[in-house]
Amino acid sequence: MSANLATVAYIGATILFILSLGGLSNPETARRGNLYGIVGMTIAVLATVLGPRVTAAGLPYIVGALVAGGAVGLYAAKKVQMTQMPELVALMHSLVGLAAALVGFASYVDTSIVYEGAEKAIHEVEIYIGIFIGAVTFSGSIIAFGKLSGKVGGKPLLLPARHWLNLAGLLAVIWFAVAFVQAPDVQAGMTPLVVMTVIALLFGIHMVMAIGGADMPVVVSMLNSYSGWAASATGFMLSNDLLIVTGALVGSSGAILSYIMCRAMNRSFISVIAGGFGTGGGAPAAAAGGTQPQGEVSAVNAAETAELLRGAKNVVIVPGYGMAVAQAQHTVYEITRLLREKGVNVRFAIHPVAGRMPGHMNVLLAEAKVPYDIVLEMDEINEDFPDTDVTMVIGANDIVNPAAQDDPASPIAGMPVLEVWKARTSIVMKRSMASGYAGVDNPLFFKENNRMLFGDAKKMLDEVLGALKA
Amino acid sequence: MSLTIGVPRETFAGEKRVATVPEVVEKLVKLGFAVVVESGAGAAASFGDEAYQAAGARLAGSAGELYAASDIVFKVRPPSEAEVAQLRPGTTLVGFIWPAQNPGLMQQLAGRRATVLAIDCLPRQLSRAQKMDALTSTAGVSGYRAVIEAAHAFGRPFNGSVTAAGKIPPAKVFIAGAGVAGLAAIGAAANLGAIVRANDTRAEVADQVVSLGGEFVKVDYEEEGSGGGGYAKVMSEGFQAAQREMYAKQAREVDIIITTALIPGKPAPRLITAEMVRSMKSGSVIVDMAAEQGGNCELTVPGEAVVRHGVTLIGYTDLPSRLARQASTLYSTNLLRLTEELCKAKDGRIDVNFDDDAIRGLTVIKEGEVTWPAPPLKLPAPPAAKPAPAVAAAPAAKKSGGHGHGGASEPASVQSLALVFGFGAALFWLVGAYAPAAFLGHFTVFVLACFVGYQVVWNVTPSLHTPLMSVTNAISSIIAVGALVQVAPPLADGGAGRPSALILGLAVVALALTAVNMFGGFAVTRRMLAMFRK
Repeated sequence: MSANLATVAYIGATILFILSLGGLSNPETARRGNLYGIVGMTIAVLATVLGPRVTAAGLPYIVGALVAGGAVGLYAAKKVQMTQMPELVALMHSLVGLAAALVGFASYVDTSIVYEGAEKAIHEVEIYIGIFIGAVTFSGSIIAFGKLSGKVGGKPLLLPARHWLNLAGLLAVIWFAVAFVQAPDVQAGMTPLVVMTVIALLFGIHMVMAIGGADMPVVVSMLNSYSGWAASATGFMLSNDLLIVTGALVGSSGAILSYIMCRAMNRSFISVIAGGFGTGGGAPAAAAGGTQPQGEVSAVNAAETAELLRGAKNVVIVPGYGMAVAQAQHTVYEITRLLREKGVNVRFAIHPVAGRMPGHMNVLLAEAKVPYDIVLEMDEINEDFPDTDVTMVIGANDIVNPAAQDDPASPIAGMPVLEVWKARTSIVMKRSMASGYAGVDNPLFFKENNRMLFGDAKKMLDEVLGALKA
Repeated sequence: MSLTIGVPRETFAGEKRVATVPEVVEKLVKLGFAVVVESGAGAAASFGDEAYQAAGARLAGSAGELYAASDIVFKVRPPSEAEVAQLRPGTTLVGFIWPAQNPGLMQQLAGRRATVLAIDCLPRQLSRAQKMDALTSTAGVSGYRAVIEAAHAFGRPFNGSVTAAGKIPPAKVFIAGAGVAGLAAIGAAANLGAIVRANDTRAEVADQVVSLGGEFVKVDYEEEGSGGGGYAKVMSEGFQAAQREMYAKQAREVDIIITTALIPGKPAPRLITAEMVRSMKSGSVIVDMAAEQGGNCELTVPGEAVVRHGVTLIGYTDLPSRLARQASTLYSTNLLRLTEELCKAKDGRIDVNFDDDAIRGLTVIKEGEVTWPAPPLKLPAPPAAKPAPAVAAAPAAKKSGGHGHGGASEPASVQSLALVFGFGAALFWLVGAYAPAAFLGHFTVFVLACFVGYQVVWNVTPSLHTPLMSVTNAISSIIAVGALVQVAPPLADGGAGRPSALILGLAVVALALTAVNMFGGFAVTRRMLAMFRK
C-alpha cells in the first residue's frame, strides 16, 4: 500500500471516528456508532500495518502483541460486572497513558529520525510533553482505579502546602525541559527525561489522591480526556495526523464531560482539580459551622414501604451509588415492573453525578432492563416532584440534600439537587444515618414527610418486593 | 422542674376549636410537660373531658383555676381582656395574636410581663417552619368548608348530568386568590364536579391551579404580584383596572364566587363591587373568606349570610370552627411541632432561642418587652459565585494542559472571555512566529479536530455518558498506530546505531497494552449498548 493510499485510509478512519462519537449522542444510533468506531480502528490499524512505515519483519511481533492484548481485553470486557464499569474504565485509561509514555521513549531513542534546528527542538518538546501527559494519565488512572475499587481510601489526601508542591513540580518539569532540549545526545538527554517522568508519575498520584470520592465522575472523565491528549501528543511526535485528530476528539470529549460533571455539582473545574472538597483547606471548618439539621427521624419497615408504594399513583425512584454497591438494580426493576403492572406510574430520576462515573446509573438500570424512556434526567423530572406521591431514594445522599438550596453555609450550597422532599412522601433507603461522601448532614432525613428505611438496599428491596407480591 | 401547659376553653363567640387535642396531650406529656385542661374545653370540638384525662391531662374546674396553674397557655383566638387579666405574670402565651390589628392587646400582654408567641407571625418562607404553620393548616380547612357552605346555599348540584327529567348544567365556580385556602377550595369544588376557574396576582400559582383541576384565568395586564413570604402585594392602578374588568366578566358568567384575597397587615382588597353582585344570576352564591379583614365584596356582612340582589353573600368568619374537630387536631399538631422546637432537650422546659429564625419571627413579646416586628429574614440568597481560586490553584490548572477547551465553552463573563481570547491570540502568535511550516499543518489539524470533537460530543445525552467514555477510551487506543510504525520501520541505512531491540521491545509492550484497550473497550461498549432498550 502506498503512502498516499495509507493517508486516504486515515482520512476514512478519522471520519468514522467522528461518526462514532456523533452516533453515541442517542440510544437509537449508539450501537451503530460503536460499529463505526470498530471499523475505523480496523482501517487505521490495517492501513498502518500494510503501509510503507511497517516492513514484513515486524508482522509476527505485531500479530503476537495484538492477539495477546486483545485476548486479555475481550476477557475483561466479558467478565466485568456493570457495577465495576468505573474501575474498568479507569484501568483502561492507565493503559493508554502507559502506552503513550512508552511510545515517547521509543521515539526518543530512535536515531533513525533526524531533525535539525527548530524542528529538532519542537520534536523533542513534543516527546517531552507526550511522555509527561502519558505518565500523569498512567499514575492518575491507577490511583483512580484504586479509589474506585476501594483499594485506596476514598477520603481526599491533603498534603500541607500541596499547591506549592504542585508548583514546585511544574517548575522542575520546565527546568528539566530546558536541560532536555539542550542535551547534545540521547544519553545526555535521558537523565532529565527520566527525572521528569518520575515527577509526572508523582504528580498524577498526588492529583488524584487529593480528590474526594464524590468528585470521582469528574476525575474519570478528566483522565479520559488526558488519554486523548496523550494520543494527540504522540501524533505530533510522530507527525501522524490520524493520531492528532483522534486524540483531539477524545481529549475534547473528555473535557466536555468533565465540564458537564462540574456544572452538575456547581463546582469550578479548577476547584475540583486543586483537590479536596471545597476550594480550600477551610472547607471542613465551614461544614462544622453550618446549621446542623435536627429533629425526629421516622423509620419504616419494608412492609410499610410496600404499603406506601401500593397506595401511590406516581412513584419516582432516585438511585445512587448505594444501589450499585448493593447490586440492587435487578430487584429495583422487579419492583418497577410489578408496580407498573398495577398501573402505578414509576419513573427514575438520575442526577448527573450519581454514582462514580458519568452515566453510571443509566448503565446499571439498562443492565436490569429498565426501559430508558422512563429514566429521566434531573432537569426533566425536578418539576414533577410536587405531583409525586412517593419518591424512593436508594443509596443516595448528597444529590438529594435540601441544604444545597436552603443553607448558604453548607459546603454543597448551590449544587443542583433532586427535589425529592417536594413529593408527598419520600423514603430514603440507607444503611445508617451516616453522612454522604461530601461529609454533609442531610436535613432531608428529618423532614416530616420523609421516612427512613434502614438496611442493606438489596435485602430491604427484596423484602419490599416480597411484601408487594403478597 | 417541668412546666405546666394550660389549655383554656375558647371564650370567643362561636369559636368551637380547642388549642390542644387529647392525642397531642399525650405527646406533650412525653416531652416532659404537665398539661392542665379546662373542663369542657374540647366539648364543642367533640373531645370529652375523659379523653383528655385518659391522655394524661389534669382537669381544671374553671378558667381562673387553669390560668393560676399554667406556666404556658395554648390558645386559638387572641385572648380577651378578661383572659389577659387572669394570666400569671411571666406566663408564656401561644396562639393567634395578630399584633398588627391588635395594638391594645399587645400593650396589655406586655404589661403582664408575658412572653407571647404569635403563631400567625411565623416566617412561613422557612421550609423548616412549615410543620408549625397554623395559618396554612387553618386555611386549608376553611377553603374546603367555604365550598361546602356555597354548595349548601346554592340551589343546584355542582356536577352536571343529563337525566330523564332534563339536563342539569354543571355549576361554574370562580375562586379569587389561589393561596392555601383558594387551592383547597379549588380541589373541593372540582371534586364535587363543578367547572372551576381561579385567579391570583401571582402568576407562578397557575400550575398549581391546573394541577387541582381548575382553570387559571389571567388578568390581561403584565405585572408580577409576588410580595415575598408567599403572599401577594398591592398591585398598580393599571393592573387593578384590568383585574376589575376580568372580575366583572366572571361575575356575569359564574354561579359561585369564593374570594380569599388577603394582603398581610392591610384590609382585604375590594374585588367584587355591588355592581358586579347585581350582574350575577339570581340564586348565585358568594362566599367571602376575607370577611374578617373587611371582605373582598362590598356587600359582605361579616359573620352572617345575607341575600342581596338575589345573591346569597356568605361572610362567615368561623369557617374553621365549622370543622372544629379536624381544625383543632391540625392546629394542635402545629403547636406540638412548635413545642418540640422550643424544648429540644425534651425535659419539659422551653427555651425561646432568638438565634432560631423561626422562633425569633413568632416571638412578639419576650418577658414583657415587645419584640414585634421581627427583623426581616435573611433569605438564603443565591450563593455568590465562588471566588476564583487564586494564585495557589493556578499551577495545577496550567498543568492540566489541554483543558482550556472545556473552559472556553462556558458562558463566560466578558472579563474571562477576553482573558481566554487574549491567551489564545498570544499562543497562536507564538506558534506562528517560531514554529516551522510542517508543525503548523499538524497544529491546524489539531485545533480543528478539537472543535469538531466539541461540537459532536456536546449533544450526547447524559444516559450515554458511560458508553461514550468507554468508546472514546477504545478510540484513544489509536495510539497503537504510533507503536506500529516503530516496530519495524524501513530503515535507509539498515539501522546503524539504532537501538532496534530496545525500540522493538517498547513498541511491542505499548502495542499489547493498547490492544487490551482497543478490543476490551469496543467489546464492553457493545455489551453496554445492547442493554439499552426502550
